[in-house]
Amino acid sequence: MDFDLSEHDMLREVTRGFVQNEVKPLARRIDEEEQIPRELLEKMAEQGYFGLPFPEAVGGVGAGEIGYCVVLEEFARASASVTVMLSAHTSIGAMPIYLDGTEEQKRKYLPDLCSGNKIAAFALTEPGAGSDAAGISTAAVRDGDDFVLNGSKLYITNGDIADVICVFAATNKSRGVRGGITAFIIEGDMPGLSRGPKEKKMGIRGSGTCELFFKDLRVPKDNVIGRVGMGFLTAMKTLDVGRLSLGAACTGAAKEMIDLSIAHAAQRVQFGEPIIRKQGIQWMLADMAADAFAMESMTYRGAWMYDQGMKITRDAAIIKLFCSDALDRVVDKAVQIHGGMGYMRDYPIEMFYRDSRINRIFEGTNEVQRMVIAGSLTRQGRF
Amino acid sequence: MNVIVCVKQVPDTAAEITPTGNGAAIDTQDLAWVVNPYDEYALEEALRIREREGGAVTAICMGSEGAATALRTAAAMGADDIVHLTDPAFAGADPHAAAAVLAAAIKGRDYDLIWCGKLAVDDAYGYVGAALAEALGLPHIAAVVRVEIAEGKVIARRETEAGTAVVRCPLPAVLTADKGLNEPRYPKAIDIMKAKRKEVQTMDAAAVGVSAETIGAARAATRIVKFELPPARGGGTVIEAPVAEAVARLVQALRDEAKVL
Repeated sequence: MDFDLSEHDMLREVTRGFVQNEVKPLARRIDEEEQIPRELLEKMAEQGYFGLPFPEAVGGVGAGEIGYCVVLEEFARASASVTVMLSAHTSIGAMPIYLDGTEEQKRKYLPDLCSGNKIAAFALTEPGAGSDAAGISTAAVRDGDDFVLNGSKLYITNGDIADVICVFAATNKSRGVRGGITAFIIEGDMPGLSRGPKEKKMGIRGSGTCELFFKDLRVPKDNVIGRVGMGFLTAMKTLDVGRLSLGAACTGAAKEMIDLSIAHAAQRVQFGEPIIRKQGIQWMLADMAADAFAMESMTYRGAWMYDQGMKITRDAAIIKLFCSDALDRVVDKAVQIHGGMGYMRDYPIEMFYRDSRINRIFEGTNEVQRMVIAGSLTRQGRF
Repeated sequence: MNVIVCVKQVPDTAAEITPTGNGAAIDTQDLAWVVNPYDEYALEEALRIREREGGAVTAICMGSEGAATALRTAAAMGADDIVHLTDPAFAGADPHAAAAVLAAAIKGRDYDLIWCGKLAVDDAYGYVGAALAEALGLPHIAAVVRVEIAEGKVIARRETEAGTAVVRCPLPAVLTADKGLNEPRYPKAIDIMKAKRKEVQTMDAAAVGVSAETIGAARAATRIVKFELPPARGGGTVIEAPVAEAVARLVQALRDEAKVL
């Protein structure tokens, strides 16, 4: 077994420097103003951060899923908002086109998405269809060479800024997930598309989340991803690999929380010595480290499996389930170790605490992850 | 304009350094290694010169096997060619011996300008640039914070205690880069990936054309006697007194104890 990640040391080191200088100083402002400055997006695009896992042949960087996870870890040490914007764009926004798009669609859309010229989003969730994704009611009706879409999507990350949106609509409601859902590439300026106001969230406040409305929106049939009726499969394949990036983001945030907690405890003197010498604090740090080690290990194992072409459905669900739960444990301890300071907006701890909670909910709730894992176990009859 | 940049790999400045073996050396286990920050300024300036004037940028590094990663960073930033001078015989070199090896490796090459960092942050000698210039018979300007190149001449600005000095010299020349010269670029992700596959030109002592007696520990003009950590900082002194008296006591302490006045 080769657990050597040193091949990605330069990518990690350079990204760490970039994040230190360009993202960390803005993290609090991004949270308070609920906006990621355009200049930061442009700098990230110039560095090539928008096309990391995709091969050079389609305009990407060719860093693979592992290299992409390394970068997400580093960004997550500064700002969950920026990390979520980036991973929603890459892992779920551009991914359906890469996985199931025609050569023509890949040629048309991927270079711009990889260069960061255009931002992508993934639109599956609706007011009536969250965990029950099969219940989507946005309808797509064939009309000549087009499909006409009517309906709406809810809680779409990057919904406010996306130029390219993968929208899942029902082409045959009676068939449900088995042949009834189709994936479409929608462009941000297509007539009939409108966007709701940005949601006001507990955390990841810098990441734009909004409703999308489709009113008689015409999409050419050439914009069907894969084949009509195959949309649900595309969505599930996409969400599988998206779950790996959630693992990476949670890992990075956990490591940052541990490092900040150690630094704080090493200089905070109470009862005559730095509190890091108190066993109560030491045990909290130890438990945080155990969680972080587990998160890091499973994330990179999953990313390696994916890069090898192995099937990852069950394990990606495990990674998402575990890492989201684990990060909540870690940020909670980080707040406690920092005491009152952990509650003050002058310090990043409380932001990480609020930012963490969404991980158990989006990308498929942890209940859905358990459904996926249990489904796999019962089908296989064993682990 | 062809530019050569001398690059050294040094321990990360944030790293904790511990002497080992009774002070004979420093413990290099678990150290993170980086490109010497002053060499990054040099490399960045070389790349900017290439953007303006064309030509090729060659990065040269004398170091152990692991130093090749410093060269890959140089490649990721944009260096066209990367050359690794590595040989057990180079070990134990002080800046004097290092300059001898670099000079031998550079001598036969086609170049208009050589950039070095002002100093290396590990040993802080600040010597190699000047020694290299001497060995090659070239003029040199040290600690450059701004440079213009026109009609085969360099006009460089350097900071001194008395103010900014403007120095001119003809090319070819050796310049050493100081902080403030530029902000080094972040390598782009795609260039990082490409740098991993880039061919490194590796040269040992024979390839460089130097014999064992003229290099490494044999050529060193200095010898490190011992590594020691600086003495631990004591606590400060608080002077509590009415203002006029406190000021007098403070001045006295600064003069007689701290000896800074």
